[in-house]
Amino acid sequence: MEIINAIWVLAAIGAVAAVLLVLAAKFMAVPVDEKFPKIRECLPGANCGACGYAGCDGYAAALASGEETVTNKCVPGADKVARQLAELTGGEFADVVEQVAVVRCSGSCDACKAKMSYEGITSCAAAKLYYGGASSCTFGCIGLGDCERACPEKAIGVINGLATVNPAMCIGCGICVRTCPNGVITLMADVDRALVACSNHEMGAVVRKECSKGCIGCKKCERECPVGAIKVTDNLAAIDYSICTSCGHCAEICTTGCITYMDRSGAHRAESKSA
Amino acid sequence: MSDLAKIPFILFTMILTENYVLVQFLGICPFLGVSQNLSSSLGMSGAVIFVMTLASAATWAIYTYLMVPFGLEYLSTIIFILVIAALVQLVEIAMKKFLPPLYKALGIYLPLITTNCAVLAVTLLNIDEGYGFLPAVADGFGAGVGFALALVLFCGVRKALDRARPPKAFEGLPITLVAAAFTSMAFMGFSGMAESLFG
Repeated sequence: MEIINAIWVLAAIGAVAAVLLVLAAKFMAVPVDEKFPKIRECLPGANCGACGYAGCDGYAAALASGEETVTNKCVPGADKVARQLAELTGGEFADVVEQVAVVRCSGSCDACKAKMSYEGITSCAAAKLYYGGASSCTFGCIGLGDCERACPEKAIGVINGLATVNPAMCIGCGICVRTCPNGVITLMADVDRALVACSNHEMGAVVRKECSKGCIGCKKCERECPVGAIKVTDNLAAIDYSICTSCGHCAEICTTGCITYMDRSGAHRAESKSA
Repeated sequence: MSDLAKIPFILFTMILTENYVLVQFLGICPFLGVSQNLSSSLGMSGAVIFVMTLASAATWAIYTYLMVPFGLEYLSTIIFILVIAALVQLVEIAMKKFLPPLYKALGIYLPLITTNCAVLAVTLLNIDEGYGFLPAVADGFGAGVGFALALVLFCGVRKALDRARPPKAFEGLPITLVAAAFTSMAFMGFSGMAESLFG
């Protein structure tokens, strides 16, 4: 008889829970905007927070109420969702591209020689005014951390005299790009992986004297790139990302190791992965 | 010891010496999944504390007044899962109606933990320990706070970890697990402390 007890107790608990949930859903339903369910339907429901709202509901609510007009904020949904949202809200369609900040310099304290001992204000902008900073290379990172202080996400840190972005925390806002007095930091699409981490336009021999990791313009990458995406102009290699397939060959063969290759997935993508 | 006198001891052990995540290795999935930034780890922690406390209370009542009289102790796992899942759904609906700000803060994390092993563990262990109602609720609350502590601390560790450059083979999850092991070892320092403090 014990099994009968077990069955009815379990069934009773289930039934009570079901009735309670139905009643709760009925009596405590929150009226929602007419547009809202339609917009919510389009979103993938991953609740990743990449759009900057607390889950898909948050983004849908903001779109429905008209507070939010940008329709390409959903990263997991990508272009397809952006297009649907644009249709529903009457907004303009724009491509979903995640960007991430990168430092185009490899001149850490070990690689790049100092030409003086700078003891002025601890600010790249100040140091730049004084003979272009302490480093012998005037193109590269000054390493006094203006970007580190400007970054709202604490995604940049100066490590061993070189600003280093942690892509997983970078939201691609571009504040560091505007802050850097040498223009060493740029934004790139976070799906791309290869980067020429040098900004020095001097001749190879000069670069060699200044920094062991600078681009010497040897054109090896230009010759070896299987799709011909790299061009050396003004003694500095440049990657055309519209052709680059992110194979990573250039980073392997680069003579000085100034081409870096890594996963640069930004904070938005990282969040959507973990959620 | 009376029920009330047990509470400080229970809280101390659940938060530090018997920490669910770092000592008993329960709830590792959300511990690794949501510790990437502070805001989401705080949201998750809040939801876990809330659900663990509520679930402890509800399952204790159901166990004592429904399952024991019918001799159904052996069904505790399945009934508790059912109760926890229904409870969380109910709370979510009620919260949406009456406490929208709280719903916004915890909302997306609540459904995630309906079937979390740490939540189920706290309810089952309450029964194993033979706790009364108040100690059971305190146990649930303490376990939640312990989870929160571990999650927030580890979030800090992970921020530092993101900047360090581990060897290639260790990048990502491996180094995170190694760091989690170290954090867990730090908590071994608390072992034995509860007995001497509360005797």
